[in-house]
Amino acid sequence: MTVYLDFEKPLAEIEGQAAELRALARRNPEADVDKESQALDKKAEEMLKQLYGGLDAWRKCQVARHPERPHCRDYIARLFTDYTPLAGDRNFADDHAVMGGLARLDGTPVVVIGHEKGNDTKSRIEHNFGMARPEGYRKAIRLMDLADRFGLPVVSLVDTPGAYPGKGAEERGQSEAIARSTQRCLQLGVPMVTVVIGEGGSGGAVAFATANRVLMLEHSIYSVISPEGCASILWKDAGKMQEAAAALRLTAQDLKTLGLCDAIVPEPLGGAHRHPKQAIDAVGAEILKALGSMAGTKPKALRDDRRKKFLGMGKNGLAA
Amino acid sequence: MNWITNYVRPRITSMFARRDVPENLWTKCDECGTMLFHRELAENLNVCSNCGHHMYIAPRARFTSLFDGGTFTEVKVPEPVVDPLSFRDTKKYSDRIRDARKKTGEKEAMLVATGELGRMPLVAAAQDFNFMAGSMGMYVGNAIVAAAETAVKRKAPLVLFSAAGGARMQEGILSLMQMPRTTVAVEMLREAGLPYIVVLTHPTTGGVTASYAMLGDVQIAEPNALICFAGPRVIEQTIHEKLPEGFQRAEYLLDHGMLDRVTPRGKQRDELIDILRMLMGLPPAIKADLPPPATPEPQGDPVTLSEPAAEETAGLPAEAPKPAEPAPAEAPAKAAETPAKPAAKEADKDAGKTRAPSKK
Repeated sequence: MTVYLDFEKPLAEIEGQAAELRALARRNPEADVDKESQALDKKAEEMLKQLYGGLDAWRKCQVARHPERPHCRDYIARLFTDYTPLAGDRNFADDHAVMGGLARLDGTPVVVIGHEKGNDTKSRIEHNFGMARPEGYRKAIRLMDLADRFGLPVVSLVDTPGAYPGKGAEERGQSEAIARSTQRCLQLGVPMVTVVIGEGGSGGAVAFATANRVLMLEHSIYSVISPEGCASILWKDAGKMQEAAAALRLTAQDLKTLGLCDAIVPEPLGGAHRHPKQAIDAVGAEILKALGSMAGTKPKALRDDRRKKFLGMGKNGLAA
Repeated sequence: MNWITNYVRPRITSMFARRDVPENLWTKCDECGTMLFHRELAENLNVCSNCGHHMYIAPRARFTSLFDGGTFTEVKVPEPVVDPLSFRDTKKYSDRIRDARKKTGEKEAMLVATGELGRMPLVAAAQDFNFMAGSMGMYVGNAIVAAAETAVKRKAPLVLFSAAGGARMQEGILSLMQMPRTTVAVEMLREAGLPYIVVLTHPTTGGVTASYAMLGDVQIAEPNALICFAGPRVIEQTIHEKLPEGFQRAEYLLDHGMLDRVTPRGKQRDELIDILRMLMGLPPAIKADLPPPATPEPQGDPVTLSEPAAEETAGLPAEAPKPAEPAPAEAPAKAAETPAKPAAKEADKDAGKTRAPSKK
């Protein structure tokens, strides 16, 4: 069953009609519905083009959070071979909001790290909706240590509403864990590529996204605060999230303009959730391209490149 | 005329009248409610003399009490694009900045300065909570990078006093990018082998805590400072339970292994001198190595040297908070036998602006 977003309601109507017609035809072979249903299909496609061609910031947020959007584990399953998950922070626990381990990308061994949100009630709870605790960041640090020691590139897939705001997470040093993870990214002597595949939620995302190359899917977002959070603080009204989303400049296109994202990976028509395989393959090709561009680069040059990149960020604002 | 009109009424009137004294003369302690006279309060570095509550202190006042002789030179911070996203909520961001400048008299939420601390060169940075909640935007990012670069150039340690509500939302994603940017600054110090000490003050939260404020070689906090990633209200809304007493306060973090020390403001200067000298491989500070104070009674206004860069040299000559304790009386007597110190060649030049470290 397709999940429709609120702005997709007219589309749901048309696609529903088409499906209904076809169902009728199956029961009643004499009825000729081909022409009619094809016309509806065409209309639906037109509407998709129209809707997705001009998504505003808030709609982008909705698409980025779409429950059927491919998640980290879908990417790992399709793009990587020999995936061997590695668990635990060796201090306290294994955080299921963060998955990662060794894997091969096009035959080359890499370390892959990502946030996993889960895709049904049970798995969402298990993965804590992709909100990592300090253990998640410390696991990532450990994986980066491993990558650095054995010269393996790091690929990170970012998809989190943010770090988990919980009592235990605070007591165990949520902020320190995030800060150290960001620092570890900066220290890596191996190439690092980040893809924001859904939501890049604040510090929880930065901790995995301080990479040589930061790529974003066409309808992904990356923001300092959720539009709802920003609206309730600055507008004193959580309902003003549309205004907040627009003001925050959180779309992939905004980040590209600001020079904070290196490339945008186009999504299939109607968003990654409509054609996950196509979206995942496009991401895979871009990761390979980015890693290829850094092949053979010396550790110090990679570190310097990362430093220069982040130090130079935002010099010109939107005029960039 | 009776006892009530002659005695009780005037007393009552005077009791209420006392609450009406101009705000700038008396400050009420937010914790215990004691009315504190402004001079006394400033002398005590804005710490309540009754309950020890640490109140807001402006970066300039903090530096005046930190650096030798209350003398420091501001480090120029590269100006970023103002209002890079043309942000507007219920109010324009550019207006908010203008208001904050008017309110604080400062350009932005962070002040960076160089000077000497116990005759050792030092770079210090302090965040101003009164300037848009000390929030971290491009300017604060630039300030921290400039502080680190200055420290590396001068081979001096960096002490950073943090205070912030988090990242500056009005700069959107650009404020978030200050997290990795400031972490690069920390990396520069690390690579240069220079100490980086963070003094967390009330409150330090959000993206600031999750970047440079938690990456110090030594982490010190002021008593009862709120230090967290997510604020207590957000957590209560998430987990639907009441948080324990003192949760996310400095002492709580110390108990949970997240800090090295909790140090009252009045003792920080001496502690920083001790720690930094050890980390820099310098001999212990000799309490008697100072020339005689300019005035026999060090309670007077701190002497500000007429430095070449006079306009950049700050200090609050009249209102400046004094050192927590007067200089030891024996200091002048022993000054003659001072052994050669790393900073000795500058001793004469600096004589006026060096303050006697207080007695242990």
